[in-house]
Parts: sequence; C-alpha cells; structure tokens
Amino acid sequence: MAYLELDRVAKQFGTQTVVDDFSLSVGKGEFISFLGPSGCGKTTTLQMIAGFLDPTRGAIRLEGKDLTAIHPAKRGLGIVFQSYALFPHMTAAENVAFGLEMRNVPRNERAERVRSALAMVGLAGYEDRHPRRMSGGQQQRVALARALVIKPSVLLLDEPLSNLDAKLREEMQIELRQIQRTVGTTTILVTHDQNEAMSLSDRIVVMSQGKIEQIGTPQETYEKPASAFVSQFLGKTNDFAGTIDRTATPAQLVAGSWSAPAPVGLSGPVTVSIRPERIGFGDAGLSAKIITRIFQGNHWLFQCDSECGPAIVIRQNDGKAQPGEGETVRLIWRPEDMSVRARTVA
Amino acid sequence: MSMAAEERSVRAPWALTAPALMLFVGVLLIPLVMTVMLSFHDWGQYKGIEPVFILKNWHEIATDPYYAEMFWRTFRIAILTTVLTALLGAPEAYILNRMSGRWKSFFLLVILGPLLISVVARTLGWALLFGGNNGLVNKLLMSLGVMRSPIPFMFTETGMVIALAHVMMPFMVLSVWAALQRLDPQIENAAMSLGAGPVTIIRRIIMPQIMPGVLSGAIIVFSLSASAFATPAIIGGRRLKVAATLAYDEFLNTLNWPLGAAVATLLLVALVLIVVGSNALIERRYAEVFR
Repeated sequence: MAYLELDRVAKQFGTQTVVDDFSLSVGKGEFISFLGPSGCGKTTTLQMIAGFLDPTRGAIRLEGKDLTAIHPAKRGLGIVFQSYALFPHMTAAENVAFGLEMRNVPRNERAERVRSALAMVGLAGYEDRHPRRMSGGQQQRVALARALVIKPSVLLLDEPLSNLDAKLREEMQIELRQIQRTVGTTTILVTHDQNEAMSLSDRIVVMSQGKIEQIGTPQETYEKPASAFVSQFLGKTNDFAGTIDRTATPAQLVAGSWSAPAPVGLSGPVTVSIRPERIGFGDAGLSAKIITRIFQGNHWLFQCDSECGPAIVIRQNDGKAQPGEGETVRLIWRPEDMSVRARTVA
Repeated sequence: MSMAAEERSVRAPWALTAPALMLFVGVLLIPLVMTVMLSFHDWGQYKGIEPVFILKNWHEIATDPYYAEMFWRTFRIAILTTVLTALLGAPEAYILNRMSGRWKSFFLLVILGPLLISVVARTLGWALLFGGNNGLVNKLLMSLGVMRSPIPFMFTETGMVIALAHVMMPFMVLSVWAALQRLDPQIENAAMSLGAGPVTIIRRIIMPQIMPGVLSGAIIVFSLSASAFATPAIIGGRRLKVAATLAYDEFLNTLNWPLGAAVATLLLVALVLIVVGSNALIERRYAEVFR
C-alpha cells in the first residue's frame, strides 16, 4: 500500500492553475524527486504536502489518513527550505532542539538526540555556533539535522542544495543520499537540477506547467522519455524529423538517408529522439557535416549539421582517431536506442 | 610611493571632507560650545549677561527641587511614550508586514502620512478634539450625557504622552518594519513545521529577531520625546513644563540665557549618556542578530 498518496491534487490561484491532476503514490522509505523548470508547480505541490497551501481539489493521504485535515504544525513532517530558514538568534543546538521542545521531549533525551543528530550530519562540536557564523554547507547540515531530529514521517527538501557551490553540492548529494539510506525516511526532493534528481532519487516525477510529464526511475526517464519535454529536460537529445512508410514491405522508418524497420503502431510523420552519446559514425546513415569538435577530456563533443537539422554527438575518448571539423560523416545508431513519437505537421 | 604622493594621500581625505567639516563646526560645534560656556555665565534682572565663570546656574539646578521635578517629568513622559509606541508600533509593523501588496502600501502611507504634516498642526488637532469645554469630542460626550466634565487631556501628562506617541509612532513602525524585512520569509513556516503554534512563533521566533528593531526605534523615540518642544508646549502649556519648554522660556521670556543654557546642556548630556549607554547594551545583547 502507498505510504504517502496524492490523489488528483490541483491548486489554483485565482483563474491560474498552478498544479493540475497530480496523482502519485510514494512507498515507505522511497526517495522521490519533483523535477521541472521554475514555475512548473513542484514547490507548490511540496507546500501542499507541508500544509502551507491548501489544495483546491484532490486529496493527500499519509498512511491512509487525510493529511489536509491536519494543521501543518501537527503533521510531523521535516522540511528543509531553500534558504534553510534557520533561527538566527539560536545556536545550532538550539535550532535542532526546537522541534523536540515543541514535542515536550524531556531535557536529557533532548540533549542526547540533538547531539546525535548534529553528529550524523558531521557537525559534532558545532553545537554552540550561531547560524550566521557558519558556512552555507554547515547551515544546510543544521537545517537537515533540525528536520530529521523530530523523526519525521516524510522529509521534504525544497531545493536544498541550490545555494551551494558546485563542488559542495556534489558532496552534499552523496551525503544526503547516505543519510537518507541510513535513516530510511521517506523523502521528497524538489529540484530543477536533473543531475541532482538522477543521482539522488529512486523515482523522478518530471513536471511541466503544473502537470506530470512522467514518473519513473532515473534510468527510465532518461532512456525512455515519455514526451519531448522530458527528453529535452533530462540531458541533451537529438530530435530528427522522420517518416514511417507503411507502403513498403517491410514498413520502413526513414530519417534522411538513415532507415530502419518501422516500429509497430505509428505511421506517417514521426520524431526520432536519440541521446548524443548513442550516436556513432558509420559508413551508411544520416549524412552530416561536422561544424565544431570540442575536446572535453573523457569525451569528444561534435556539433554537426545533418540532413535533418543540427545534431550533437558525444564520443568517448577511447584513444582512437576522431573525424575533424569540416569532414562529412554518416551518423548511425541502434534502433533500440531511439524513441519514436508521432509528429504533428504544421 | 614618493614622499610627496604620500603626503598628498594623507591630506586628501581632510581636503575632501573640509566643506562638510566646516559646516559641522560652524553650525553645530561652535554654538554648542558657546551654549556650554554660556551656562557658566552670570545673569541679573538689570545687569543682563555677565561673561564670568561661576557655577550659580548649575548650583541652582542641582539644589532647587523644581528642576529635579521637571527633569524627572521630562524623562517619565519620554519613557511612557517610548513604551506606548513600542507596545502599539511593533504589532502594527508586524500586521503591516503580513498584509498583501496593495493594502500594505496603502497602510504604510497611512502610517507615514503624519510625517508629512507639521507637528504643530497635528498637536493642535488633539487640542481641537479634547481642548476644554469647546473640544469636539468633549462637546459630543457631554451633550450625549456620557460625561459631565471634559476629559482631562489638555495640560496633563497623560495627554502629552498620548499626543507624543501619536507623533512618534512612524519612527517606531519604520524601525520595526526594517527589522522585519530582514526575517527569512520562510522562518514562520519552518517553526510551524517543527510544531510551533502561532503564539510560540511570535514569542520564540519573531520577537527575538525584531527586538533590535524595537530597541533602536525606542532610542529614536525616547531621545525625540525627551527633547520634544512643540507637543509639550501645546498640550502641556505653561503649567506642565518639560526640559525643552523650560529652556525656551528661560531664553525668550525670562531672558535668563545662562540658566536656559544650563538646562539645555544638562538635557543634552543626559540624553547622550542614555542613548550611547543603551545602544552599547543592545549591541552587546543582540550581537548575533545584528551580524
């Protein structure tokens, strides 16, 4: 049974629908990411779970109980805010202890739990520091400890890493994942960073304009994007205009001078999507001219001008000679690496 | 760096600040020093001011209980005004801060509006409403039979405190407002998610963070109230004198300039000591919030 369930949740501000028809079941202990560009409704959805906003329609249930009927102060969720929202007039230990105080945890137990929570996030010895005397990463850890110390039923993370620099963000990602695995708290992360979503979560909910585009494991959403939006948003992708010719036997999928047996179902104009790293250079296939060639250490990045428009190709740096700028090449890929969608012709 | 350049770089700041410095010395420092010196001069009904050095005025202020009572009244009124503006102004600023955009700017204008009107006009407004038997409110209440005699407002300390609090309110609201702007917009949600109710949030989270704002507002209101002239002059009249009105009277009515100067000097010194002292205390106490 689902642990946390969102059932056709919608939120409207005036006439504007910010979240629409959002349904999701989260299993206990799962790490879910809401991924999408800013304004896609991911933070609004998180705030509805937290209780800072009331859904216009739909239900949110935790272990079968209606969560929207419970006051946000009584929901027992742990939240880490983008700005951390630490209490600047309290020390790190006082910040972490606040939630326990509100729960009337006895003083001795409180001190012990605060100590171990701070130790868990690697801040043992920082008990008496005030937040403004800590670095961004340390404040982030205090916020995490403060949210986890109350043993929340669900941990909500609202873009928690977006204020950190790239190197620290990567470290915190790994640490966050380890802590979440150890504690086993069901976690929902809101992010616009696809790498963050992919490296942290069990499942990703890709959102756009208030709607769910796809729910799936990081691999699924990357390899089998359900829509053009998903394939564009998660990493780079090449979209080629193709046609499926059902008059030929067997039916053929044709994109420029590249062709393959057609997949079942579709016919007429289609869009063929292939990840840049799945394209190779061959003897027959889509004809293209290399415009620029960029060396990026472990791989080469080619920007090509193909029969079907611009194409990006990424080749591993395996030590073999690569075609140079201005050379004409043939682009090939395995049919199982592409995804084909019907294309509406304007 | 050559010697000449070094010399120039030392002189440049002085040269650049000279015009402002001269203005400061000319219109503030010199009159101030002269006032202090004046307070040591002698004065007589027929001989006028005598430029001698005597402690007569200071001795009079120190020994005559009239002055002690008057200074005590001045600071009592200032303290009560400060407390009243803090009690009303801090919640006012908090409510204002929680309002949505359009209402917020409207009410901010309402609060700041009084600053655009002269203190004299505002205080006379109080006099028109509560001034004796002809005051508008008094007339209404008496004709309705609610009261027999006018509300004791004019020439009372209560009246002065209320009128001063009215005049000083914008300073308190603005000061607390500035402190509220520094709050993390999510801080209340953070406290709520940890299980805090609305009262706890205000008491444990909001109050400690806006306290520096309340206290710096209090310093402004206190020093302005203690040295206020127009409001005590109109509401208190000749009967209920405070330090500022007394100094004015000594200068312009009795023409005893040296005594007026002594009163003014004492008020200034007392205020500077109180303000500097409490400021130091506040900064030490709230070091973490100020950072």
